[in-house]
Amino acid sequence: MQRFLSHLYLSDMRRELIEKILVILFISAPFLTWAQHETTEGHEAPESKRESIKAFIDHHLQDSHYFTLSEDEEAGAHYGIPLPVILWDNGLKVFSSSKFHHGETVAEVDGNHYALYHGKIYKTDAQGTITYDEDHHPTNAKPLDFSITKNVVTMLLVSLLMFMLFRGLAKSYTKNNGLPKGVGRFFEPLVVFVRDEIAIPNIGEKHYKKYMSFLLTIFFFIWFLNLLGMTPLGVNVTGNIAVTFALALLTFLITTFTANKNYWGHIFWMPGVPKLMRIVLAPIEVLGMFIKPFSLMIRLYANMTAGHVVLMSIIGLMFIFKNWIGSSLSFGLAFALSILELLVAALQAYIFTMLSALYFGMANEEHHDDH
Amino acid sequence: MEKLIESFSFGLFFWQIVIFVGLVLLLKKFAWGPILKAVNDREEGIKQALESAENARKEMQNLQADNEKLIKEARAERDIMMKEAREVKDKLISDAKEQAQEEANKIIASAQASIESEKQAAINDLKNKVAELSIEIAEKVVREELSAKDKQLKLVEGMLEDIKLN
Repeated sequence: MQRFLSHLYLSDMRRELIEKILVILFISAPFLTWAQHETTEGHEAPESKRESIKAFIDHHLQDSHYFTLSEDEEAGAHYGIPLPVILWDNGLKVFSSSKFHHGETVAEVDGNHYALYHGKIYKTDAQGTITYDEDHHPTNAKPLDFSITKNVVTMLLVSLLMFMLFRGLAKSYTKNNGLPKGVGRFFEPLVVFVRDEIAIPNIGEKHYKKYMSFLLTIFFFIWFLNLLGMTPLGVNVTGNIAVTFALALLTFLITTFTANKNYWGHIFWMPGVPKLMRIVLAPIEVLGMFIKPFSLMIRLYANMTAGHVVLMSIIGLMFIFKNWIGSSLSFGLAFALSILELLVAALQAYIFTMLSALYFGMANEEHHDDH
Repeated sequence: MEKLIESFSFGLFFWQIVIFVGLVLLLKKFAWGPILKAVNDREEGIKQALESAENARKEMQNLQADNEKLIKEARAERDIMMKEAREVKDKLISDAKEQAQEEANKIIASAQASIESEKQAAINDLKNKVAELSIEIAEKVVREELSAKDKQLKLVEGMLEDIKLN
């Protein structure tokens, strides 16, 4: 019945998100009304400010074709690095994203024209006209976009960092007579933690070894990316649904392809229950197979996105208040939340790894009769 | 949900899979394998060291127990030997005493026997001497007596008297 429990995590995650938002609203409500009062007396238009902050947050949460470090919208200046755009549109098209001039111009490559609209690349005519449907969604053709975006660059950097870090740790053993050295002294206990507290209890002494590489990599990968999301670089990799989908898909594939007979038996022909129940349970269990990784995907995505939204909203409040009480209060709140988010960064990495290990453990469970 | 699906980027998904799988494989070969092996080896080493220490401790205990046993045995043996020696000594002394007693008894007995025989010889000697003396005296007396007639008569009369009385 343990596998049904894991389905409940979904609602858990939703509750977490709602709770977070409610707490923020509750704490900030008096100041919000006060701020409104202040501003309606007529310093500046609050709506536009709020809109621009909302747009900024939305923009931050999205992937981008630029590695933007800072931008000044009023002056129209952007400081950052343009990244390579790779498109598949009847052939590979590679060009620098600087051709878009941050969405202001149309890029022309091999006689095709592309325009950047809300972070997505659309195929357009030479003037860059974009047609919309009734829901204001563009109807232009979207070429397959394999661009090295900001998130891809971040992932590559994290991968490089992890490789150097753990390669160094591995090397320090041979140099130092089997003992870690330097930064490895901090990371070795974490490696041992993943092995002793996550892999072995969930998968079992017998089968855990073949999953260790995946579990260790996913733990540190998610953790480092989460931490990087806390920096002012403004990357939000683990809060991107494509990333969490990819990670969850890998967990699903590994679970499915390493599962033993007992696992499939539990899904299609549950032992120890009446025959009729087995027929009823089979579709539920099959659904469960997919819900489990799905919940992994949504949980990580929602937690990181919610954290970013709340944190940035509170930081944004500072600019809305523009007085020393409100701004310093929201600064304190943002500070406290940042510390909380640091914890969440590690916690989400732990939960993802833990649940992956749990699913691997289910796939490897040996047959026993006490059901 | 619609927004989620819309914001899904296939390119990012593709790169994520490529990068992550590549990273897993690379780290497996160059980092996780050696790290886990080193950690395992060290743990095994510690376990073995602890085990051998425990064994050594047990061996020490055994040795100590053996030593104590040996000491105890030696002590018991010593006690037995002492006891035996004491017994032998006592026996020797008592034997010697007995022998001495016997010897003494023998000596005393032979002394007594020789004393007795000496005494007998002395007595015999004395008897003989007394007899000789008596005869001499009797000779002298008889000579004296028989020198005068009346005295001879008196003697005969005295003798007759004695006989009558009888």
